[in-house]
Amino acid sequence: MKINNFKTKLKGCSIHLTLIFISLLSIFPFLWLLSTALKGPDENIFQYPPEFLPKYPTLDNFTGVWRQIPFMLYFLNSMIVAGFTVILNLILSALAAYPLARMEFRGKKIVFYSILATIMIPFQAIMLPVYLIVLKLNMVDSVNNFMGFLGLILPFAVNAFGIFLMRQAFLSIPRELEEAAFVDGCNVFQIWWKILLPMVKPTLAVLAIFTFIGSWGEFLWPSIVLSKKALYTLPVGVNDLQGLFSANWRYIAAGSIIATIPILIFFIAMQRYFISGENEGAIKG
Amino acid sequence: MYRYYKKYVPYLFLIPAGVILVLFFFIPFFETILLSFFDYNTNIYHPSYIALENYIILLKSPVFYKVLWNTFLYLFIAVPFLVIFPLFLAILLNQQIKGITLYKILIYLPVIVSIVVAAIAFKWLYAQQGILNYIMEFFHLPPIGWLTDPNFALYSVIIVTIWKGIGYYMMIYLSALMGVPKDLYEACEIDGANPVIKHLTVTLPHLMPTIGLVSTISAISAMKVFVEIYVMTKGGPLDSSKTIVYYIYERAFENLDLGIASAASVLLLLIVLVISIINFKYFDDKRYQL
Repeated sequence: MKINNFKTKLKGCSIHLTLIFISLLSIFPFLWLLSTALKGPDENIFQYPPEFLPKYPTLDNFTGVWRQIPFMLYFLNSMIVAGFTVILNLILSALAAYPLARMEFRGKKIVFYSILATIMIPFQAIMLPVYLIVLKLNMVDSVNNFMGFLGLILPFAVNAFGIFLMRQAFLSIPRELEEAAFVDGCNVFQIWWKILLPMVKPTLAVLAIFTFIGSWGEFLWPSIVLSKKALYTLPVGVNDLQGLFSANWRYIAAGSIIATIPILIFFIAMQRYFISGENEGAIKG
Repeated sequence: MYRYYKKYVPYLFLIPAGVILVLFFFIPFFETILLSFFDYNTNIYHPSYIALENYIILLKSPVFYKVLWNTFLYLFIAVPFLVIFPLFLAILLNQQIKGITLYKILIYLPVIVSIVVAAIAFKWLYAQQGILNYIMEFFHLPPIGWLTDPNFALYSVIIVTIWKGIGYYMMIYLSALMGVPKDLYEACEIDGANPVIKHLTVTLPHLMPTIGLVSTISAISAMKVFVEIYVMTKGGPLDSSKTIVYYIYERAFENLDLGIASAASVLLLLIVLVISIINFKYFDDKRYQL
């Protein structure tokens, strides 16, 4: 019995050690960045052996980089882009999913498979024509800020994943509800808005959160379309740090940390959506 | 069921999404194919139709072969790792242990953080006098030009992609593990099977569809990799870390060689199409059935 007990303890210990090691590997690059950002000008950040804990920790790098880079502006831009992208995705996906889940109409098959086909089209392969179309529609920041934002947002306003996710949610609602609502005098739009949408709130939340994360981290598209710094989103602004402070790793590190704080707060607040393991539906290619 | 809507109503609901999908997916898709038959190099304002010339140029270009080779290296290194390692992690985390939520949060963290920040963090680890080279020195090994040596740059970038993907695929496996019937495990334990046998006979067969899904998703994202390369190496040194999306980006937006960029895009489309078809065919998802 005692030996058995010892064995389970040893097993438990080794599991924890493995998990601690892997967790450390996951966050070490950030910790090292943070350590560098906290080191003052008198500390050699290239010294061998490296000091993990700063000898004289200072926030000077953070205040210094904050003064030179308009992080608040980049943050607001990111909020505008991610916010509207989320709202549009929720509305457009839920709208399109309703007839696909519940109605019979001519051409349903064609519509269904056409939407499905877009899953196989990676944005990276069509980004050039998308850019040309956005240019043609004048949706660039050289026209004005509003058009610039449109160009950032509209190409990502809806995608097949969202539509199929919402369709699946609608399919799980009993049809009797709609019939009852119709008998009570609701029109189609009211049935969608008042009966169906409240019932798929959990799915809407999942779609909102994952769309937000995707839009917030997007780099390729904004770096293609943006020409004015006034419209930079956080990822573009962070990448810009490298050019601005070419060798000043303390500033680059501090700036990267600052830019990460908002999404970190979001993640901690919403963690159950990410790690509960119940979001199979949110898998994206 | 009684039809409670007019005939045109379904289309009204579909129009907003339809406009976006047509404008930003279907038209660009066909335009990519169209552009690939034109020469923009001679005069960008008056492209001329050259049929398959762009494809021939690509297939004769050593750089493009290098790019394809790098892309497939990326695929063949990142995918097995992202399929197998997160599975082990998920099995490890799929039990009652203290602090499990914290472990999950920490391992998932790289997924959330912007890839630009992640790439910068790694660039700092990879610096010539960085901490990784200190570890090399500690073990009496010569320092490595992680991002500056053509023999290493691609692998250094692949490590970042793998590192950033682990948590994501781990969560996919974890949610699939929830669906494995518990009584099967109990039966195993009654039979006295050891954990290895248990996972081989119960877990693995149940997770085969998920393993397939993770393979195809990670393969498609490996094909699309861009930001890591853009931030860390710009495809260099000597094209050693250039993969297909970076090549398309460079051709299209730096060299304004729209024809060649589109021809390369068509090849990318074809590769992703093949992987997607495998995905749909073998790992059926009920979401995508009418």
